[in-house]
Amino acid sequence: MAFDKMELRETEVWDGNHAAAQALRQAQVDVVSAYPITPSTPIVEGYAKFKSDNYVEGEFVMVESEHAAMSGCIGAAAAGGRVATATSSQGLALMAETLYQASGMRLPIVLNIVNRALAAPLNVNGDHSDMYMVRDSGWIQFDAFSPQEAYDLNLIAFKVSEDHDVRTPAIVNQDGFMTSHTAQGVTTLTDDAAFGFVGEYKPMNDMLDFEHPVTHGVQTEEDWHFEHKARQHNDMMTIVPGKIEEVFADFEKLSGRKYNQVECYDMDDADVAVVCMGTSVETAREVATEMRAKGIKAGVVGLRVIRPFPFAEIANALKDVKAVAALDRSAPGGAAGMLFNEIAGSLYNTDSKMLLTGYIYGLGGRDLTKKHLVDLYNELQANADAGKVLTQQQQFIGVRGPKLAYL
Amino acid sequence: MNNTGWDEFEIGAMLRTFKGEAGDIAGTLQEDRNYTQNSSFTASVADWRLEKPVFNKDYCIDCQFCWVYCPDISIISRDKKMIGIDMDHCKGCGVCVEVCPTNPKSLLMFSEQAEEEAVLAQWPAKDEKEK
Repeated sequence: MAFDKMELRETEVWDGNHAAAQALRQAQVDVVSAYPITPSTPIVEGYAKFKSDNYVEGEFVMVESEHAAMSGCIGAAAAGGRVATATSSQGLALMAETLYQASGMRLPIVLNIVNRALAAPLNVNGDHSDMYMVRDSGWIQFDAFSPQEAYDLNLIAFKVSEDHDVRTPAIVNQDGFMTSHTAQGVTTLTDDAAFGFVGEYKPMNDMLDFEHPVTHGVQTEEDWHFEHKARQHNDMMTIVPGKIEEVFADFEKLSGRKYNQVECYDMDDADVAVVCMGTSVETAREVATEMRAKGIKAGVVGLRVIRPFPFAEIANALKDVKAVAALDRSAPGGAAGMLFNEIAGSLYNTDSKMLLTGYIYGLGGRDLTKKHLVDLYNELQANADAGKVLTQQQQFIGVRGPKLAYL
Repeated sequence: MNNTGWDEFEIGAMLRTFKGEAGDIAGTLQEDRNYTQNSSFTASVADWRLEKPVFNKDYCIDCQFCWVYCPDISIISRDKKMIGIDMDHCKGCGVCVEVCPTNPKSLLMFSEQAEEEAVLAQWPAKDEKEK
């Protein structure tokens, strides 16, 4: 059945959800198996509307839960189709079991996570608890800071994930509401250019190849499980980063938009730096520029690729910085934040004398204001001037009540 | 399967049924198909069994009930003649014995260690109906 192409303006005003839905349409996804949840619903709803309006040829499967949604994606991917879905928060929690199946079975699936807090207390607003919850699930994880990036990274995610050397599912994160429901100008690709970039789906070990029957979803015990998990980790560490760089370069050639595993802003001569993700990156960039006007050499590192964690790139970006703040938007539950840990891991055993402090912020959609960041940069500068961390290593930003500080 | 290292297998814990193409499997007997070592056909699960069925061809009427009912496709039948049991895949469930309609039964369960010749020599006699 033929489907219609869509004429897009060079710049469209899209929110992050619509941008992601448009990318799924342009990638000509074969199967979307989905269950709605705020704030990700408009992605799969948008795809379903494109299908109803004859803009896509694929199948839209309405299932009874997020667990079933990802299970449907796994089945379709094993059968040999291009597959995607979207979820948030509690939905991702219900989906978690099947995420490990998808990555262990090396099935290329693109999952949009519109980041939202995890209950209790129930909350529909944006933080990174859901992103953090599945960080060890063996999926590649990208982070979009804006609707433009949500669009671009979806196209990039298919191309990385489906590569036969990679064959690992990929998550594209975007901040709930702040990105997903905030309309901005998005520079588009034509349908032909976008599909040309992602390319025709190339099946591998697909179950619909009847001449080469395969068994997917096998059981291994202590005799084999370790080797399979080791292989997965090895490929994430050694193959995926190079492929991501390659696809980022291809995308720059096509669109002029350059992505990096670690997005550096004013980092060349920075004395103090904030490392964060999501929409906070844009706020931090604005504040960093203002701090420079006040004589503080401030920079921002935005983490574009969360898994595989870009250890070398982070170490390189931060090696000459005097004081660094790791901003984690997830309740750490009795530990340091993930970014604090990974950054520390990146710089440990190096010559860096970086002073690292961790901050928990923005839980349940609490705003990170410019005032917060001004105070933060001043605190980092004080650490840099003193040559030691003057506060405790872990603090909370923007929470009411007596000041919280640990470690 | 050999105990190969982490870098020596295909990704995704995916297993192939055949070496090369499947070809005309519908027209090829199991023992003649090009199964890989990973196929269930090649793998023996005989050690799952505690009791085994023994087949006595003297009483078999080739009704094929056992072939139909066997949950592990372990009754070997050729040209509708029962010729034996696939002891690599039989798990000793005893369904074949239950469904066998002959008198005495042509299949009976014995301990895994029982000698086939000995049990065949002591096969039960026909069960006479009481008048």
